[in-house]
Amino acid sequence: MEIKEKESVVVRFSGDSGDGMQLAGNIFSTVSATVGNSISTFPDYPADIRAPQGSLTGVSGFQVHIGAGQVYTPGDLCDVLVAMNAAALKTQYRYAKPDAAIIIDTDSFGPKDLEKAQFKTDDYLGEMGIDPDRVIACPLTTMVKKSLSPTLSKGEGDTAGQFTPPSEGKGEAVMDAKAVLKCRNMFALGLVCWLFDRDLDIAFNFLREKFAKKPEVAEANIKVIQAGYDYGHNTHSSVANVYRIETKHKVPGRYMDITGNKATAYGFIAAAEKAGLKLYLGSYPITPATDVLHELSKHKSLGVVTVQCEDEIAGCASAVGASFAGALAVTSTSGPGICLKSEAMNLAVIMELPLVVLDVQRGGPATGLPTKSEQTDLLQALFGRNGESPMPVVAAASPTDCFEMAFAAAKMALEHMTPVILMTDAFVANGSGAFRLPDLKNYPAINPPYVPEELRGSWTPYMRNEQGVRYWAVPGREGFEHILGGLEKDDKTGAISTNPENHDLMTRKRKAKIDAIPVPDLEVLGDKDDAELLIVGFGGTYGHLHAAMDELRSQGHKVALAHFRYINPLPANTAQVLRRYPKVVVAEQNMGQLAGWLRMKVDGFVPQQYNEVKGQPFKVAELVAAFTEILNKEK
Amino acid sequence: MCNYSASDFKKGQPRWCPGCGDHFFLASLHKAMAEIGVAPSETAVISGIGCSSRLPHYMATYGMNTIHGRAAAIATGCKVANPDLTVWQVSGDGDGLAIGGNHFIHANRRNINLNMILLNNRIYGLTKGQYSPTSPRGFVSKSSPYGTVEDPFRPAELCFGARGHFFARAVATDAPGTIEVLKAAYNHKGASVCEILQNCVIFNNGTHDAVYSKEGRAKNAIYLRHGEKMLFGENGEYGIVQEGFNIKPVKLGEDGYTEADVLVHDAKCEDNTLQLKLAELEWPVALGVIRDVEAPTYDDCVWQQIEDIKTKKKYHNFAELLETNDIWEVK
Repeated sequence: MEIKEKESVVVRFSGDSGDGMQLAGNIFSTVSATVGNSISTFPDYPADIRAPQGSLTGVSGFQVHIGAGQVYTPGDLCDVLVAMNAAALKTQYRYAKPDAAIIIDTDSFGPKDLEKAQFKTDDYLGEMGIDPDRVIACPLTTMVKKSLSPTLSKGEGDTAGQFTPPSEGKGEAVMDAKAVLKCRNMFALGLVCWLFDRDLDIAFNFLREKFAKKPEVAEANIKVIQAGYDYGHNTHSSVANVYRIETKHKVPGRYMDITGNKATAYGFIAAAEKAGLKLYLGSYPITPATDVLHELSKHKSLGVVTVQCEDEIAGCASAVGASFAGALAVTSTSGPGICLKSEAMNLAVIMELPLVVLDVQRGGPATGLPTKSEQTDLLQALFGRNGESPMPVVAAASPTDCFEMAFAAAKMALEHMTPVILMTDAFVANGSGAFRLPDLKNYPAINPPYVPEELRGSWTPYMRNEQGVRYWAVPGREGFEHILGGLEKDDKTGAISTNPENHDLMTRKRKAKIDAIPVPDLEVLGDKDDAELLIVGFGGTYGHLHAAMDELRSQGHKVALAHFRYINPLPANTAQVLRRYPKVVVAEQNMGQLAGWLRMKVDGFVPQQYNEVKGQPFKVAELVAAFTEILNKEK
Repeated sequence: MCNYSASDFKKGQPRWCPGCGDHFFLASLHKAMAEIGVAPSETAVISGIGCSSRLPHYMATYGMNTIHGRAAAIATGCKVANPDLTVWQVSGDGDGLAIGGNHFIHANRRNINLNMILLNNRIYGLTKGQYSPTSPRGFVSKSSPYGTVEDPFRPAELCFGARGHFFARAVATDAPGTIEVLKAAYNHKGASVCEILQNCVIFNNGTHDAVYSKEGRAKNAIYLRHGEKMLFGENGEYGIVQEGFNIKPVKLGEDGYTEADVLVHDAKCEDNTLQLKLAELEWPVALGVIRDVEAPTYDDCVWQQIEDIKTKKKYHNFAELLETNDIWEVK
């Protein structure tokens, strides 16, 4: 056995949708983060509701990148692949490095399993061209059954239909075969924990908390993890490497693991608290945004109101109503939902009411690729409404950045009386990272422009402050009764007006208000003074673009990265940054939407483009290859 | 509660066609609000799009004239976010039952405490004369020059089908009848649907002729009041009696029917079978509060649940929420 010291390692858990790969992956991430490794995760679900067991379309994956220093992405290819069945090996092997260790459950490679996975012979390793020395072939199902049936003698485990539970005490429920099989993921987890020398106590605590109400389930899982760990320990000769990842750059603080969707929900909660407002979410379930609805629905003790509406339209419309009533109003969805909400979003534009619209982007058009990740809604966010309808658009760069941008979007909406679109994507929404617990004391105040008392008597609904922002009079306040609506209003009186000059004026005022919203300058990372190539991106590709830049710089290239989180309005220094470098490439997961927007906003700007629409995160190696080509080309 | 007059709720000059039923309804709404006594500042009037949806502009309350069909959804968010507001939602038959049909049924099903006004003139007036979802089969209009080939919604049926707990009907020109149902709608906690029969003088003149005048109502309408006998006619000479599983109007003294046979209206009955039969009578047209049944309201329950969970859970602000997670410390 060789012990490898590694900077970072990528592990991919894969199996049937029902095999619990997401849970195993989550626990492993938490265990790694707890010892101070940096982590980045990527769950890769199948879109099928429940594909036939063992089928190629039913494979679910969870990839985690753990690093001694900072990791920015879940990694391109994995160092360790766990394949719980033949279909998983068949579909997931392409994500493994050539020297990756592969853990398989040989009990799930029977003739039927191989047939379902479309293997032609029983030499599945040979068919895939996998060196058997790299494979930890373990009769995992049998081992799990054995570990949960202490009364059975060796060799009988696979014949028993029912098992006694592992915990002691009287009156225990009998664990049936199905429940036992559900623990297979924990055996794999135990094996991986051994491979990485992880402290099992952290995993045990996680399970005891998760299954606090079902201690017998927790104990069964714990027993199986231990069995997996012991199996690895006792049969280690079958594997080449054991990995050690020591933590290096520790930023002191208290941390938790957080997914992008959860961080988004937390950002809204934090903003509502900071603004002293009720938080209202009007929503309709849609992949991959639904977890935001789930998360916010849990927190009634903080006074959060969530309404699961009859449709996407009502989700947004009810949020507009809640905003009128004086709440921090949010509606959450994905691209197809934005199509349906756009009319009500436009209503908020013309009524100048605060609203945050969350778009967790997925593959499109139409139903597209519901569980996959793209950045193809950008132009829809910017322009997808009738009329002149300026709306701020911001995008989160990573799972933890979802918190910052949700807070920023809410602050912007409330202080500038406008709907704001917050864009994330399936990748950042489902992925997770180590989140340093924020202290709200360090966050800016949120001050909505309530009508000052001295305007009582002279106030009209479209009277504006110095920033061009309409004042907010919340129903319940005596003396400020007024009517808003979707029809154009007179600038002075607030009455319905079809006057041509007034409409032109109101259109310009609405635009000027959005253009004047202050946003932070665009930051340039890397060789900001002398880069030959500036990489430009937005939103959830930050990690991959950063890793690609690091790689190119380590090869001696002069490269910088400018990553947009504020897209409308653009940062004030945008043109200056984009014009500064000899070569610029805009890399995005669409056909060039950010590039087009920047060309529209920056005179004479003609970037090179890297576009990919596969529904999968970028691969750093592919980015590096493409950018190298650009660097090597004569300008 | 203060003393208000109708003028405290009035604003601006209505732009509806002369003779439009909306004028009559608006005047009754101003009076009803004054009698109800909720301050204009505590009142929100929310409409969609259509002739009748212009109504909020003529109210001195808070209000919104929103987008087509979404008034019930927008009113839902407004009421749930601030249950202290008295929320009136105003729609026409197109706004409420065609483009907004989904929100209409779900507001009823959820039982949001909204006063939902459905101004039914059986026509699209603002777009100048197309048939609506309440136009009768065969109705000739600009978009159905050879007559429609579809059946209309009957609003009460839709309301009951959506498990609505309150349904009342009034004729726009009948101010006392309208004010009575508006006050009943306010007093009912939950979604209260008031169907207001109104005339469109331009595109569907005469659609409610049988009951539009006082004389017509005397002959052709029955005013239902909870606990009272279902008598009608100019001299109360008619009554509603049961026949098998159905009801029918009879003349007292004929065919052996006496006043003892006449049914007593029970608006509070949970079972809506008889109420539906009443609402669907073609003659006489049933007016007044047809159904008025107590049930938990969505908005009350949302906030009650929040109060309950606040006492059960130990975290009540963001900092405490963070502490509920698995946290590790890097030193």
